[in-house]
Formats: sequence, C-alpha cells, structure tokens
Amino acid sequence: MSILGVRLDEPGRSVLLTGNEAVARGALEAGIGYASSYPGSPSAEVLGVLAELAGERGFYAEWSVNEKVALEGAAAASFAGLRAICVMKADGLNVALDTLTALSESGTKAGLVVVVSDDPGGHSSVKEEDSRYLGKVAHLVILEPADPQEARDMTVAAFGLSEQLRAPVMLRCVTRVCHAGGNVVLGALPPGPAGRPHFGRQERYITFVAFHGLQEQRLAQARAIGENWPFNAYLGPPEPEILVITAGPGFLYAREAVEVLGLGDRVGILKLGMSWPLPEKFLLRHLKSASKVLFVEEVEPFHEENVGYLVACHLEEVHPLAIYGKKSRHVAGPQGPGLGEIDVDAVIRALAALAGVPHETRSSDYGREARQLVKKMPDRELGFCAGCPHRASFWALKTAIALDGREAVVLGDIGCYTLGLTRSGYFLMQTVHAMGSGVGIADGLGKLGRFGFDQPVIALVGDSTFYHAAVPALINARYNRSRFLLVVLDNETTAMTGHQPHPGMGVTALGEKVPALSVEEVAGALGVPVTVHDPYDVRGTVEVVYRLLRQDGVRVLVLRRTCALVSARERKPRVYVDPERCVGDACGCHRFCSRVFGCPASIWDAARGRAKVDEAVCNGCGVCATLCPQGAIVVEEVG
Amino acid sequence: MAHNLIITGVGGQGTVLASQVVATAAVESGLLVAVGETFGASQRGGSVMSHVRVSRDRRYGPLIPRGRATIIVGFEPLETLRVLLNYGNPSTRVIMNLRPNYPPGVLSGADVYPEPQTLEEAVRSISAGVFAFNATEIAIRAGNPVAANMVMTGALAGSELLPITVPTYEKVIEELFTGPVRQLNLEAFRAGVRAVREGPPAEAARAPA
Repeated sequence: MSILGVRLDEPGRSVLLTGNEAVARGALEAGIGYASSYPGSPSAEVLGVLAELAGERGFYAEWSVNEKVALEGAAAASFAGLRAICVMKADGLNVALDTLTALSESGTKAGLVVVVSDDPGGHSSVKEEDSRYLGKVAHLVILEPADPQEARDMTVAAFGLSEQLRAPVMLRCVTRVCHAGGNVVLGALPPGPAGRPHFGRQERYITFVAFHGLQEQRLAQARAIGENWPFNAYLGPPEPEILVITAGPGFLYAREAVEVLGLGDRVGILKLGMSWPLPEKFLLRHLKSASKVLFVEEVEPFHEENVGYLVACHLEEVHPLAIYGKKSRHVAGPQGPGLGEIDVDAVIRALAALAGVPHETRSSDYGREARQLVKKMPDRELGFCAGCPHRASFWALKTAIALDGREAVVLGDIGCYTLGLTRSGYFLMQTVHAMGSGVGIADGLGKLGRFGFDQPVIALVGDSTFYHAAVPALINARYNRSRFLLVVLDNETTAMTGHQPHPGMGVTALGEKVPALSVEEVAGALGVPVTVHDPYDVRGTVEVVYRLLRQDGVRVLVLRRTCALVSARERKPRVYVDPERCVGDACGCHRFCSRVFGCPASIWDAARGRAKVDEAVCNGCGVCATLCPQGAIVVEEVG
Repeated sequence: MAHNLIITGVGGQGTVLASQVVATAAVESGLLVAVGETFGASQRGGSVMSHVRVSRDRRYGPLIPRGRATIIVGFEPLETLRVLLNYGNPSTRVIMNLRPNYPPGVLSGADVYPEPQTLEEAVRSISAGVFAFNATEIAIRAGNPVAANMVMTGALAGSELLPITVPTYEKVIEELFTGPVRQLNLEAFRAGVRAVREGPPAEAARAPA
C-alpha cells in the first residue's frame, strides 16, 4: 500500500497495493499518455499516485478544475491517439455526464477509461449513488473489479476493450475496492506512451442522434465479447440449487458466505466482471440450471432489474425460477435492503434463509458482561479537526448572525466544512446539496426580496469548490442582481480528499509552479466586491461579517487560513492551560473552550476542576487562547 | 484459516499507517493479505477501523464478518470495546491503549466517558486476554504522541500473534519512512515490542489519572 509498489518494474512480483494504486498501476502498464481527475473520495488517490509517477514515466497528469473538464481533456488525448484515463467519484460523473453521453455517441480513438468510484454507505460522500445506472444511460461498457488484483487486471483490459469498440469504457470501483489493500501480481511496464499525438484532418468525432444506432452496435459487440470474457466467471457445482449473481466485492462476500455455511455443493456463484451489457447467453445457461437466484450487489438492484428483465424475456426456458435479493428483502445491510453497504454477514443471512440452514457465529448473549460494566457507550460524531480554521470561521459567523439578529439563512456546500451542519459548526448550515449548489441557492433566495423576503443570505463554499462549480452561479447572481454574501472558506488546499492542489495554489499536479489564480482575482473580475480576512482573528472576523451582512448586492468574503493539518507539519506551538489562571467552573464561561467552542483538543481535567489541552490532539492554532475569558491559555512557540 | 486483525481508533491517530505496516510486513513474509479501511473521514475525529486479513493460501474479502476477529488492536479504549462487541468472540485477543480520546458529545457535556479502567475490565470480561497500557505516554517519551500508532504496532509484533517476525516489521518501517520520522517510528515501534516482552514502564502501565 504505497507508491513504491506501483513504481516497481518487476513483472510477476506480488506486492501490496490498494485498489486505487492498482488502477494507477494498470494505467501505467497500459502505457497511458494522459491522466486527469478532480479529487473525490474514494478514488482521489488514483491521480495522486499517477501525478507522482508522470514525470518518470513520461505521461501527462493533471488535477482538473472539475470532472467535465477532466473528461474533455482525456477525450482530446484519445482523439489524438494517446491512451487516457479520467478518474472521478460518482458525484463527479453527474458533472461529467453531459460530455460522457456525447462521447459514447461520437466515439473515441485511443483507449479511454473512465474510472468512477461509488461510495456505498457514504463513508466520505453525501450520497451513495449507484453510477451503473448512468453508465447504462451513456451506453457504456461497465466493468466491476472485486479486489485490487482485478482492479489492475481490468484497467489493463479496459484500454484494449475501449480501442476495440472505439468508445470509452467505464470502470466502476466501490469503496471496498478503492480503499481495500491486497496482493497484486505486477505486469510489465512499457517504455512510455507510444507514438506522437496527431489529429488527422479527415477524422471526425461528432455527436449526432443518427449515431445512436452505432452506440447500440457497440453494445452488441461488447455483449458478444462478454459471453467468453474471463472476468465473467462461474464457480460452483454444474447444477446448483441456488445461483448467486454478483459483482465487485460482493463476489468475495458470497464466496466466504458459502464457505462459512458449508454450502459449496448446493450454491453456485456467477460473477459478472462486465456489469453492462449483460452476457445474456452465459447468464441464461446458468439460470436454467438453478431453481433460485440470489442477487448480491451494491447499492441498488441493477443486476436484479436487468437480469430480471432477461428472465422475463426467457420465462419458458428458465422456469421454474424464483428471484431473491433486495426486492425480496433477503439481501440487506443494517439499514435495510438497497441501503448502505453489504458484507459477508448480509450474504450469510440471505443464503442461510434460502438454503434453510441455521447459522450462529457466536452465542447471542456475547458481550453481556461488558455491557453490564459499561452501560452507555458515547457515540463518536465527526467534527472539525483541532485547530481547523473552519471552527473559527463558524464561531465568527454564528456570533455575527446573532448580532445582526435578522435570522440569516446559511447555505452549505461540499467539503470539510459540510461538517458545519453538525455540533462542530454549531448546527449553522441549513442546506447541503452538490458542488457549488449553495451559491446557486443563495442566488435564488437573494432575488426573493420582491416578495418581501428580507433575511440576509450567506452561502459557504470551500476554495476548491469555488473553482469547481461556484463561478457560473456567481456570474448569474451578478447578472440577475441577486443579493447575498458568499463566504469562501479558503484553507489553501483541497483538504477533504487529502490536500490536492487547485488553481488558487500556484502549483500543478506535476509539481510545477504556475501563477496562482486567487478567489479575489476571479470574483473581482466579475465585478463583485471582495474582502479577505484571517478567521483565526475571530473578533475581527465577526466585525467584517457583521458589516458585510448589512451591505447590498453580491459580495464575497474570503476567510483565508491554511488547513491546520498542513500547517501543523511545519510549525506546532505548544498550547497549555495555566492552572493558576483558569478558575474552572467559578469562571461562569460554562467551560467555554471544551463545551462551547468545542475544539477536540480542549478537554476537562476532572480531578483538578480545570480546563486542559490534550497535547496528543492539539495542532497549535492558539485560537482558544484568544477566546478564553480569563486569558488562561498559553501559546508557546517551540523550536 | 485466516488471522482476522482489526486496528481501531479515532481519526487522526494513524491507524491506516499501522495497518499499512502490518499488511506490508505480511506480504513480505509471503502471506496473502486483504485490507479493508475507510479513511474518507479519517482526520475528522470519527471512529476508524482497519481490517487486516492474513492467510497462507486464501484470498479473502476486505471485511471481517461479525464475531470473527481473532486480534483487536485498539488505539483508544472506548473504540476497543465498541469494536470487540461488534467483531469479537470469547477467543479474541486484545491489545489496547488506555489513553482516552474524548468524543465531541463528551466534551460538550451531553455524554459521559466511562472510566478507562472499567473499559479495560469490560474488554477483559469478554475476550481471551488483554494487554493494556498507555501507548501514548510511551510515544510522548519517544518524542511525539503521534507515534503511539507505531508503539501499538510494536506491541502487536512483540506479542507474536501473527506469523511475522519483528525484523520484518522493522524493515518495512525503514522502507516506508524517511528522515527523522523513520527514526521516531522505529524507536516507538521498539518501545512497543519491549512493553509487551518486558512489561510496560511504570509510567505507562495504567490509564492516565
């Protein structure tokens, strides 16, 4: 699980790679010339790794401003004859979808692989969208790896398939592939991208409805390939009683469930490496032999619906056959069928019920003694990191809104600061949708004055999100004379996904220094007045926000302070409470630092009845010291 | 038969790096490994968990089924119990750090954090054995509380619950890190090995007062 393994030129060697690293390795082995992405979890590390290796392997890599632009750049490389990979999360596919549906109609030349990462359970996403539905809308071939080894293998295969079909191929990876680690047997690395790019004068890539037929022909060709494709496989007895149809990590869960239950002679597993188009003959051959079929997939019943339709079209051949899965409620995680992730346990429950075998891993009263000793276990909700500039910004906003007293509406967006809807952001945020949506919603609310709407409107957006999707809404707001305050929470990085660079930072994915394009330059060029302030100066920020709330029109406030996780790498002052000056509960501050401001590094020393700073958590920002009413917190520069 | 290891803690404690060291050392030892982790919210104070499955002959999926963890390495006492209740069984072995990390609900006064000693007792009551110590204190003495993850990794290595030798772990740490971080991590790792073999130093034997 490191770049060392991705870089290794030792074909046949087994190394530990994550799924993301394995995709990057597959792209290297396929000899890509161009790689692009906008960072999104769980696939952010694919381009992170590729960007680090681009120089030595002689290809181009970039963090694009958004997924649509990323895909268009990758398509251009394909038209010019260079293999290209474009990586995005499911939400990013929505942004790129207009271009993607067009590309599959216009066709492509050199292999173009679109990696889409889905996040069942929403570990690091606000949605758990199943991107296979959109892949189908776009008439794309969809491949689904089960583990890092397959992620490498299928990435390599996807480039060949894309060139054979002259269309983009989608590789759908879920979190349990992207962030899984496993042994990967390496293939050979080519010397570098082959050939000089050229866009022939007679070549055409045109999207036109007349080419819809071509899309269907390509899918028919892919279906024929899928009938004998090694990644579509069957494992089990020739005449199983129960046929499990699965894809992705569901295959590994199903295999382990069969093993745990000892059902190897009754259950067969059909694994779809190609989830669209379906290898119909291969499926029908196995469907005919079973009397029950169980679908194991994440998140939505995609196979269940599509194979279900296939079954309906061939009822006489497959009859009798009963269908189980999400609709029958047999395959369900803790939240219910079709919600969240599935795991081995979910498949064990489903198979045990279908096969009529009992199953108990451990006795049902396991843990009783421990539960008697610890009656209540506090939950651990997410919050801003210690020292996070967003905490200071939210505190200042909360204070200024209270001073203003007109029930300001606070609109949120996508990034670390989405946690502003939690205790950590004092529950300030009232809407969360998609990248840039907060600005568009502010734009809408800001025009309702004609109906008597008189609440101030605040939209919060991060720096990377500003470049990604906020600019069109800002242009619209100025043009259509909206009224709101856009606060850009600028922590000088794309923090949520692991500190990738963006246009405001003056550095590219390849590490080249370029002129930074600041938020104030962009907003200023649009004719929108901009104020810049440091959120660590909480009192000053309160005054600035209060003043701006009382102004008219569209205005921008940039609250700029580097992400605490980045700055703590460079400099981390020692922060501690002077127990002589802290007067504990006698202060009347209601334990402001730990209970009210809520930095996780501010804890309570119950034995001494005084506040305390947890040195294992503190990042040294010192904001608490400026807010403590007794001035009891000391910031000491170290080294 | 797989060794099913879970490394758990709080976002920011370095569980992912620890699982990377263990998993890489397993691959270096010629074993098959599957790791499952979620690090989208890893820096933001939530409960985090890495599943590491080690086998001689079988490729497993990245998630350990409920009740089937063989070893739990807990970087934080509350999270150790939480994971043990979900994934443990009476044969599960536990290595736990007694230094608490307080959730926002506890800091705000809405929840009460159980006594670390009670948490240790609870873990002991439903597992096959616990090695509990204050790994953070040892890491502070090695130079940085952040290195508690390598102290815990050392404790796992020294316990010999996995078929991986101590020098193999050390080689991996030397390869993965550079500069002063490498030195700090090696020292922290060795302190963890010693804590298991010789018993923790007196100042790290119990939960912080």
